[in-house]
Amino acid sequence: MTKNTRNGPSGLNASRRQVLLGGAALTASLFAPNGLLAADYPTDQVNTTGLAVTDDTVTIGILHSVTGTMAISETGSVQAEKLAISQINDMGGVLGRKIDFIQEDGASDWPTFAEKAKKLLVNDKVASVMGCWTSASRKAVLPVFEQYNGFLYYPTFYEGLEQSPNVIYTGQEATQQIIAGIDWVVQNHGAEKFYLLGSDYIWPRTSNKIARKHIDKLGLKVVGEEYYPLGHTQFNSVINKIKLRKPDVIYAIVVGGSNVAFYKQLKAAGIDMTAEDPMLLTISVTEDEIRGIGGENIVGAYAAMKYFQSLDNKNNVEFVAAFKEMWGEDMVIGDVTQAAYLGPWLWKAACEKAGSFDVDKIREASPGIELHTAPEGYVRIHENHHLWSKTRIGRARLDGQYDVVYETAELMEPDPFPEGYQ
Amino acid sequence: MFDGYTMSELGAIFAMQGFAGLILFSVFVLMALGLAIIFGQMGVINMAHGEFMILGAYVTYLCSTFFETYLPSIFGIYFFIAMILAFLASGALGMLVEWGLIRHLYRRPLDTLLATWGLSLILQQTYRSVFGAREVGVTIPNWMLGSLPLTDMIEVPINGLFVMALAVSIAAAVYVMIFRSKWGRQVRAVTQNRVMAGAVGINTERTDRLTFGIGCGVAGVAGAAFTMIGSTGPTAGQLYIVDTFLVVVFGGAASLLGTIASAFSISQAQSIMEFFLSGSMAKVLTLLVVVGILMLRPQGLFALKVRK
Repeated sequence: MTKNTRNGPSGLNASRRQVLLGGAALTASLFAPNGLLAADYPTDQVNTTGLAVTDDTVTIGILHSVTGTMAISETGSVQAEKLAISQINDMGGVLGRKIDFIQEDGASDWPTFAEKAKKLLVNDKVASVMGCWTSASRKAVLPVFEQYNGFLYYPTFYEGLEQSPNVIYTGQEATQQIIAGIDWVVQNHGAEKFYLLGSDYIWPRTSNKIARKHIDKLGLKVVGEEYYPLGHTQFNSVINKIKLRKPDVIYAIVVGGSNVAFYKQLKAAGIDMTAEDPMLLTISVTEDEIRGIGGENIVGAYAAMKYFQSLDNKNNVEFVAAFKEMWGEDMVIGDVTQAAYLGPWLWKAACEKAGSFDVDKIREASPGIELHTAPEGYVRIHENHHLWSKTRIGRARLDGQYDVVYETAELMEPDPFPEGYQ
Repeated sequence: MFDGYTMSELGAIFAMQGFAGLILFSVFVLMALGLAIIFGQMGVINMAHGEFMILGAYVTYLCSTFFETYLPSIFGIYFFIAMILAFLASGALGMLVEWGLIRHLYRRPLDTLLATWGLSLILQQTYRSVFGAREVGVTIPNWMLGSLPLTDMIEVPINGLFVMALAVSIAAAVYVMIFRSKWGRQVRAVTQNRVMAGAVGINTERTDRLTFGIGCGVAGVAGAAFTMIGSTGPTAGQLYIVDTFLVVVFGGAASLLGTIASAFSISQAQSIMEFFLSGSMAKVLTLLVVVGILMLRPQGLFALKVRK
C-alpha cells in the first residue's frame, strides 16, 4: 500500500502537512489529528463479533471488477477507495487503527461477485466492504451480505427500488438525478417535447419510467421512447426518427460501447448539440465515458448528476489534486469515482460515532452521519441508507470536462421507492 | 405517426432513412467479408474475428496519436495510412495464428471454435493490459466529421459515405483476388478439393496461410473504419461478432455473393424495422426471420456446390 502522504479533505493545514512529510517515523498515535488512540478503544470492546480487528489494524474489503467488460468503469472506483484509505491512514486511521484492505476481483461476473463477497465476509472477516458497480452485481451479493451481516458501501448512481439494512448507497438513486434534471430543462429552456432513449436493461428502463411520469405530471409530452440492446452500434435509424419527431430534448441513457457509437453518429448526422436544437440531456455520461466518446463528439450536451470534476470548491480541488498525484496526471474523475471515495470516509465517521466496528452498531449510527469534507460538498446519510446530496447540471466541453451550469439550492432527498413513479 | 408532416419533410426523412440502410449494409459487408473468406473458403470458425478487427482499430488509434504529435501537417490523410497498417498488422497476426494454432486443427471444426474463442479472450486481455481497460478516443480528421447537406433537409453523414466507399472498394478487391487472380484460383481449388489441389502441385499449406491472413487483414481494415462510428476498447470486438456470423451463415457459408446479399437483406430489414418499431423489437424480429429462413434453407441463401 502506498505510504505517500497526502493533503486529504481533512483540512490539514500547511504546517501539519510539513510535519507529516518530514515525520515518516512518527507513529500515527503521536499526532492522530482527531485525537483517537487505539488504547482508548480496547479491541475486545470495539469488536465483539469476531471481525478482523487487531490492536493496530482493521481490515476492510474492496470488491470490484478489474478484469472483464466492467473493468472500464470500476477501475476508477477502486482508485478512489484506495486514495481514501491511504488518506485516512495518514490521519491516524479509524479508532486509532490503520486500515488494511483485501482486494478481490469480481471479474465482471455476477456469481463471482457473490463468491468473493462470501470469502471476504466469512474467511477474511472484513469489517466492511467497498464494492460493486452494476446493479446486477449488487443484487448478486445482497443475499450474502444480509446472511452474514456484512456492510457494503455501494458507489454507483442506480435505479433505486432497493433499501437494505446492510448497504449504504453513496451514489444517487434515480429520482435525485432525474427529477432535478428535467425540472431544470423545463424551467430554463422551456422544453416541452422529450425523446427518451436508453440501453435495454433495468436502469435505463426504470429511470425513463420515472422521467416519463414526471414529464406527464408537468403536462408535457414524450414524443418517443425506445431501447436498444446493450452493445448496439448502429443508431442512424433512431437518429432519423428523432429528426422526424423534432423533440426539444433528447433524454439519453445509453451505456457502454453503445455510448460511443451513439454520440459519434449523432454528431455525424448533423445534430449540433452546441446549438441546442434539440438539446441533449443524459444521466449516463461521466467524464470517464467522454474519454472514449471524444470531447468533439459530445460537446454541448448536458448531464445531470451530483458530481463533476470541475466543481469549484476547496474540498474538490484538494481531492482532484490528491487523486492525480496518486494515480497520474491524465486521470479523469467521474460521478461514481467520487461516490466511491465517500465510502471509506462515511464508514470511518460511522465507526467513530458508534465507537465500535460492530456492524449492528455501525448500522444504527449511520443515519444522520454528515460529511463536510466530501468533494461534492456536504452530504448526509438518510434513514433509508441513501445520501442527501445536491444535483448538478454540467455542460460538456471540448476538452472532455463539464462546466457546471446549475446546482439545486437544497440537498435532494433520496427517495428509493417514489410513490406514483413506479 | 406521419400526421402533420409535409410531403417534403417525409420525403427527406425517407431519403435519409434509405441512406441509413445503405450505411448499415456497408458496415455489415465490411464486418463479414473477412469472416466470409475464412469461414467460407477454409471452413474455420474464427471466434476471434472481432479481436482482429479491434487490432485494426488500435493501430488506427496509435497512428492518430503519432500523427497528431509528430506530423500534424498531414494529419488529414493519416486515416488512409492507418488502414494500410491495420491491414498489415491484422494480416500478420492472422498468419502467425494460422501457423501456430489453426493449421493443427483443420478438419476439427469444434476444436477450432474453442481454440479461437480462447484466442479472443487472450487478445482481449492483452489489449486491456497494453492499452488499458478504458476505451480510447481516436481523433478523426475534421473533414471526415459532420454531415453533407444534399438539400435543405437531407443530410448524409460523411463517415457513412466513407464506410460505403470503403465497403465497395474492398468487396471489389476481394472479388478480383478470388475470381481473377492466380492465388484466388488456388484458393478456390483448395476449397473444392484439397487433395486434388495438392496433387496438381498447389502448395495448400501456403494457400491456407495466405487466405487466413488476408481474411484477418480485411477484418483489420474494417476495424480501422469502425473507429469513426463506434468504440475502440478491449471488448468492442464482441459487439460485432454475432452480427458478423449472422450475415455469413445466412448468406451461405462458402459464397461471397451470398454474404453480400445477406448483408443487404438483413441490414434493410433491420433499419426499416428500427424506424417503425423500437430497437430491441427490430432485433428480435430480424433474428426470428433469419432463424425461420435458415430452418427452411439450412445451407443459407446461396450455396456453393462443393465436392466433400
